[in-house]
Amino acid sequence: MSIDIDTARKVAKLARIRVEEADLPALAGELSGILTFMEQLNEVDVSGIAPMTSVTPMRLKRRPDVVTDGNIQAQILANAPDAREGFFAVPKVVE
Amino acid sequence: MPHQTNVRAPEWEIVIGLEVHTQLSTNSKIFSGASTTYGAEPNTQADAVSIALPGVLPVLNKGAVERAIKFGLAVGAHIAPRSVFARKNYFYPDLPKGYQISQFDLPVVGQGSLTIQVEPLSGNAKPYEKVVRITRAHLEEDAGKSVHGESQGVTGVDLNRAGTPLLEIVSEPDMSSAAEAVAYAKTLHSLVRWIGICDGNMQEGSFRCDVNVSVRRPGEPLGTRREIKNLNSFKFMQQAIDYEVQWQIDTLENGGKIHQATILFNPDTGETRAMRSKEDAHDYRYFPDPDLLPLDITPAMLEQVRATLPELPQQKQFRYKLEYSESGLTAYDVISLTASREIADYFDACITVVGSSNAKLCANWLIGEVSAQLNRDDLEMTQCPITPQQLGGMLKRITDGTISNSGAKEVFRIMWSEGGNADTIIEAKGLKQVSDSGAIEKIVDEIIAANPAQVAEYRSGKDKVFGFFVGLAMKASKGKANPAQLNEVLKRKLAG
Amino acid sequence: MTNPNELTIAAARDALRAGDLNAVDLTMACLTAMDAGDGLGAFVHKTPDIALRQARAADERLTRSEEAPGLCGIPLGIKDLFCTRGVASQAGSNILKGFKPEYESTVTDKLFGAGAVMLGKLNMDEFAMGSSNETSCYGNAVNPWKVDGRKLTPGGSSGGSAAAVAADLCLAATGTDTGGSIRQPAALCGISGIKPTYGTVSRYGMIAFASSLDQAGPMARSAEDLALLLNVMTGFDERDSTSLQRDKEDYTRDLNKPLAGLRIGLPKEFFAEGLAQDVANRVNEAIAEYKKLGATIVDISLPNSKLAVPVYYVLAPAEASSNLSRFDGVRYGYRAPEYTDLADMYEKSRAQGFGAEVKRRIMIGTYVLSHGYYDAYYLQAQKIRRLIAQDFADAFRQCDVIMGPTSPSTAFNLGEKGDDPVQMYLSDIYTIAVNLAGLPGMSIPCGFGGNGRPVGLQIIGNYFAEVQMLNVAHQYQLATDHHARTPQNIGL
Ligand SMILES: [Mg+2]
Ligand SMILES: [Zn+2]
Repeated sequence: MSIDIDTARKVAKLARIRVEEADLPALAGELSGILTFMEQLNEVDVSGIAPMTSVTPMRLKRRPDVVTDGNIQAQILANAPDAREGFFAVPKVVE
Repeated sequence: MPHQTNVRAPEWEIVIGLEVHTQLSTNSKIFSGASTTYGAEPNTQADAVSIALPGVLPVLNKGAVERAIKFGLAVGAHIAPRSVFARKNYFYPDLPKGYQISQFDLPVVGQGSLTIQVEPLSGNAKPYEKVVRITRAHLEEDAGKSVHGESQGVTGVDLNRAGTPLLEIVSEPDMSSAAEAVAYAKTLHSLVRWIGICDGNMQEGSFRCDVNVSVRRPGEPLGTRREIKNLNSFKFMQQAIDYEVQWQIDTLENGGKIHQATILFNPDTGETRAMRSKEDAHDYRYFPDPDLLPLDITPAMLEQVRATLPELPQQKQFRYKLEYSESGLTAYDVISLTASREIADYFDACITVVGSSNAKLCANWLIGEVSAQLNRDDLEMTQCPITPQQLGGMLKRITDGTISNSGAKEVFRIMWSEGGNADTIIEAKGLKQVSDSGAIEKIVDEIIAANPAQVAEYRSGKDKVFGFFVGLAMKASKGKANPAQLNEVLKRKLAG
Repeated sequence: MTNPNELTIAAARDALRAGDLNAVDLTMACLTAMDAGDGLGAFVHKTPDIALRQARAADERLTRSEEAPGLCGIPLGIKDLFCTRGVASQAGSNILKGFKPEYESTVTDKLFGAGAVMLGKLNMDEFAMGSSNETSCYGNAVNPWKVDGRKLTPGGSSGGSAAAVAADLCLAATGTDTGGSIRQPAALCGISGIKPTYGTVSRYGMIAFASSLDQAGPMARSAEDLALLLNVMTGFDERDSTSLQRDKEDYTRDLNKPLAGLRIGLPKEFFAEGLAQDVANRVNEAIAEYKKLGATIVDISLPNSKLAVPVYYVLAPAEASSNLSRFDGVRYGYRAPEYTDLADMYEKSRAQGFGAEVKRRIMIGTYVLSHGYYDAYYLQAQKIRRLIAQDFADAFRQCDVIMGPTSPSTAFNLGEKGDDPVQMYLSDIYTIAVNLAGLPGMSIPCGFGGNGRPVGLQIIGNYFAEVQMLNVAHQYQLATDHHARTPQNIGL
């Protein structure tokens, strides 16, 4: 499976990671190399095998519906790169 | 705007499906212990999980699961013994983890259905019933809120809402008019409040509708649909669908093409427009959330929840028809009485006082006077100043002839404004109607004696003069004479 | 007597309780060694103030030694992947530069609750993605087993932890293991380390790499010390939905059990080509030693284990691509200084904040999950993952524990495998299958390669067989002294 430059660009965009045009060929090559290495997986016959999603064979626990946290605005914003008037601030969002 | 939806109906078929996001009425968030109360100061109801700090993990809220099951049972759906939480991946400032925990190929609630009563918008068409299929309902977490225009060029992010439990209820594209879509939304809205899983507050976003609309010429395959996002009032839904349908029809009739899109409705202009953001690369990369195991629901759990389910609207409707039809209760009455759980509960309480034989009388007052007064004073059913017991007490006085209808209206008016029970009011205001035959005979004798000319007319066969006598008699009794009795006596004496 | 910082936890504990040593002196000895060992790049954030405060408190508790908790006064290093309240916790990444959590990971909370002393945060591959500790934003950690001028990798991702323990900068350290990140560095640095059964140690407060594979564990100088640490680190945590609800275990319970009748399974796939000869020799000698101790050998096969690496490099990046989406420069961590709009802010912050290997894996993960490839890669890998787990289940019907090499080679030179990701990935070829199955695995020293570099013996147990594995390791360490050897002239 080799990845072309357009796919590499699309993947970088989906992952929200800036990759300069000039670096796309290198990225495409790298990804292709790794994916080629994974090709061997397609040769395995998995008919009738259920995917293994969780290791732990147990029932999902549930917490009681009680409020145990909150009212810590200062702590919540403590590590924010930009916080104003109690909000996290980001560049204007257009809808 | 006129209702093109109906005007166009013969040429164009309208296909509508709804996705409704209901905020579940839990105290805490679906995956953490922060509060879900609406309207708090920004980020005061955010905790480590709500803002997706590194290393913190989701733990499922039992209350959210119970509410989802409740809904499934209420729409006769299959409840999955094992459903799976998946991650829906996309970047947005109000989505702290960069993914939404939702359910994808294995939702907790499967196929169900909802019966709706449609009031067509075009004048003369009759109300009709329709069954809308529910495709699925799944649990997921709400996103935070982006607040625009706080300061120049900056958007503020408030994560209080992030993690509020949602049940997303998806219908089949079974609706073929704005009226049907609105009827479905209203019925669903009343149901989720009826079973107590959602407060239904649309202004606060507790009940948000996404509407998928497409049009086609009869017989043609389904047209491309456009999704109107986040409609938070039935009126807007009506307007948005009307506008969108017209737009799609015009576009197609002018040789244009419809492209799949997410669109927003602007209540001020009454128009819809395509969204700009979040449109790029709709590749959500769903996969099972490795932080959460599959959600198992045992038969025992199902039964536990079933036991907490109230009598549902349709069950009530069925029972009312069965028990009260001979009292004269009509199909329309039944629908009105089950419009909300509060009205139905009021009606049931009232019936225990006046008895099922008087169900129709009870319904008339509830749907008539009571609703009218509530509207005038802008009150909810639950805020009604007259208790079902008070109303029932008054209705009993109507049925046993103690008060006339006009007397009853007076009693009702006083009860509403000053409270008190019927009997004391009737006493105090002297509203008791005269059933003492002696007194009535006396009045009638006097009238006959005083109006020989009219008596002659009557006896010569002009029986419409009878009303004239009734009028005089009522006047003489200050409206308190028992009408039935008065008629009887008048007829007898006039006959001579 | 040896310097206090060179003691095992067991020995230090006894000395502290006997009053022959106090926690402050022990801590000072470690802080001094840490400064001397700066060249190793093991400690990336030192916390002497916290350490001395905790040490004083420990000495206080030790005055009533019978009530003192298990790790009272024991100085530890904490991998940078664990969130520690008020102390920089960056997972070796610039994207978390300056991030000081307001909360404590469950693991460190339990350790400090048991009286342990935190010396500081330890170097690691960025977000635990690496096998050589070369992807860290702090620079390389260096293997203290310095045999010539060249600098060797301590392995990864817990390279700082392994280097610090091997160089006696601390008595023990926390590590995490997603594909071998405890066992491989332990092997390359000549120490002992164990990755417990998935779900045994809480992941709360441990910065996630691949949630279905990540598991924390201790790294120390002996199996006995590992047992003492596990007694504190393990246990159900209501804040982690994948944490297992089981009765409290005493991991020292069977340390002294004789091994007579132990059935050791040797998977032929672990001894095939690709395995360095000197490593093979040391492992075989260790097996011979076990025979002397009364064990019998069973030849087994793990036919699908050769697929473990490709399966892992589909699943781990897939989960990572999603787990690392929260690093967006909005609520905490690094934000690019200049950007034109929101999208630009995201893309620049992540491009500048993440290192090359992390970005590579995020993109691989994004790709294998994206529309049209999910079934071919992710789903296929999840199915083969089950086959791999099934291989182990079959194997454990014939044997009690499985043994083999931890790593195909001894420590390689820093920079040696830099340019070829796949070659680097293959250095975890014997450890990854264990994570995919969720089984417990450990590595203990079993001698030195031709070049004088340590060799690790991997011991794999069935689910929840940690007690037995520790017994198996401890008996070997009673009979041999490989684990007691320490590197000389580490002052670089
Ligand atoms: Mg609400
Ligand atoms: Zn949704």
